[in-house]
Amino acid sequence: MDSTRFRQEREVLRHGGRTRFPRGALTLLIVALLALFLLFVTLPVASLFLRISPEAFLRSLAEPVVLDALSLSLVTATVSTAIVVLFGTPLALVNARRDYPGRALVDTLTDLPIVLPPAVAGIALLMAFGRRGVVGQYLDGFGISIAFTTVAVILAQVFVASPFYIRQARASFEAIDLQYEDAARTLGASPATVALRITIPLAWSGLVSGAILSFARALGEFGATIMFAGNFQGRTQTMPLAIYTTMQGDLDAAISLAIILVVISFAVIAAVKIVTQRGI
Amino acid sequence: MLSVRAVRGLRDFVLDVTLSVRCGETLVLIGENGAGKSTVLNLISGILTPDEGEITLGERTLFSDGSGIDVPAESRNVGHLFQSYALFPHMTVSENVAFGLQCRKVPRPEAALSVAKQLAAMHLADLANVNVGRLSGGQRQRVALARALVLEPELLLLDEPLAAVDMRAQGAMRRELRDRIRNAGIPCIVVTHNLRDALELADRLCLVEEGRVVADGTPEEVLGMRENGFIASFAGR
Repeated sequence: MDSTRFRQEREVLRHGGRTRFPRGALTLLIVALLALFLLFVTLPVASLFLRISPEAFLRSLAEPVVLDALSLSLVTATVSTAIVVLFGTPLALVNARRDYPGRALVDTLTDLPIVLPPAVAGIALLMAFGRRGVVGQYLDGFGISIAFTTVAVILAQVFVASPFYIRQARASFEAIDLQYEDAARTLGASPATVALRITIPLAWSGLVSGAILSFARALGEFGATIMFAGNFQGRTQTMPLAIYTTMQGDLDAAISLAIILVVISFAVIAAVKIVTQRGI
Repeated sequence: MLSVRAVRGLRDFVLDVTLSVRCGETLVLIGENGAGKSTVLNLISGILTPDEGEITLGERTLFSDGSGIDVPAESRNVGHLFQSYALFPHMTVSENVAFGLQCRKVPRPEAALSVAKQLAAMHLADLANVNVGRLSGGQRQRVALARALVLEPELLLLDEPLAAVDMRAQGAMRRELRDRIRNAGIPCIVVTHNLRDALELADRLCLVEEGRVVADGTPEEVLGMRENGFIASFAGR
């Protein structure tokens, strides 16, 4: 009888107005937090579009400073992504398949640029490849100078963007069942044929999304570039650097460049989603 | 004729097997999971390397630690069927079957002809352009066998060839498989957990325990060893 009464009290508590109210309030709180956070992310991006008229946007697109930055950024980011893919794919494949002394160290070193502040990367590159740098002084003897040229822009981008591709590529290679490679070997495929016809095609969607992320990181690179390559229009002034420069005088140009980068960013997210879901 | 003497340290024990298979003969390996049966196949096909020993196939030495010979897997010309068949998922049926011929640089028209013949012999002609992801277990088994046989291998290794084929189709598939092996006229080693496989495919039966061949004889002889715990449960089923 006691237990019956206890249960009744509990029922009352559970269905009573007092307990229902906090639960509703909790939902409300979570929704409010979510909304606030989404607003915090989207409002600044939306502001870019609200602060400029379509006419002003189109007019800025014809400005040489905008056009130079846009073409330089696209070219350098494409070249640096190609370099990352060319060197990163074999490295990722070897590290995914072979165990050798020092593999853990190599893995850590390839990841290093992710955590390294870009300013540190910039001064480090300058100390290595600058005119009086550790390597640069010898190159200078041959009349080759890298710092403050378009090559420096590309090197800075490769440096900061490579881990994004290499990590993704290694994970994709590790996800492949080894039996496909073993079967290919027994069918007469040399190690190179196995890599080109079995491993890389099976890892394809991971490799493509890794390359897209690496491209996006290269496109946004600012800190290392401005320190190692400088800020010369048409040669080293990429879009982020041009935004920084023009916002001090021609705000419309800065906003237009920013809008282009926003559009590219959305395209990158969409591309990665499509590639990884459909498994192209 | 295949003769194998291979030693290799595994995690729990040292695998040490000696066996030989004549042309046209089918040797069936039985034993507990983890006894090293699949490892024996991997050592013969070159996916794994023995620590010591000698493997010869006909006139060719595939591996010999004494004379430092280790023919790489891709040059052994051994047909190896994996338990899950390992069909390349990004290729169609005919691309899978053509893969080995392309690796051998067989001219395109000639390769296409061989593939077409092999697919027809395996009743796969209608499925030539189907992606392998859409095949049933029995169809996958036939594609895997076609992919190996089109290369006219000098040795056939089959790891649980019927495990992924559904029960009702197994009887017919087993008879078909037996005919294919007989027609090929080459040494064949089959690993199985299935008593019917052992009875219908085996000319000789070997029991493998902890990396060693503990019994070797006709199916009747080996399955008659009821004092062995594994045989008792295997033949008793």
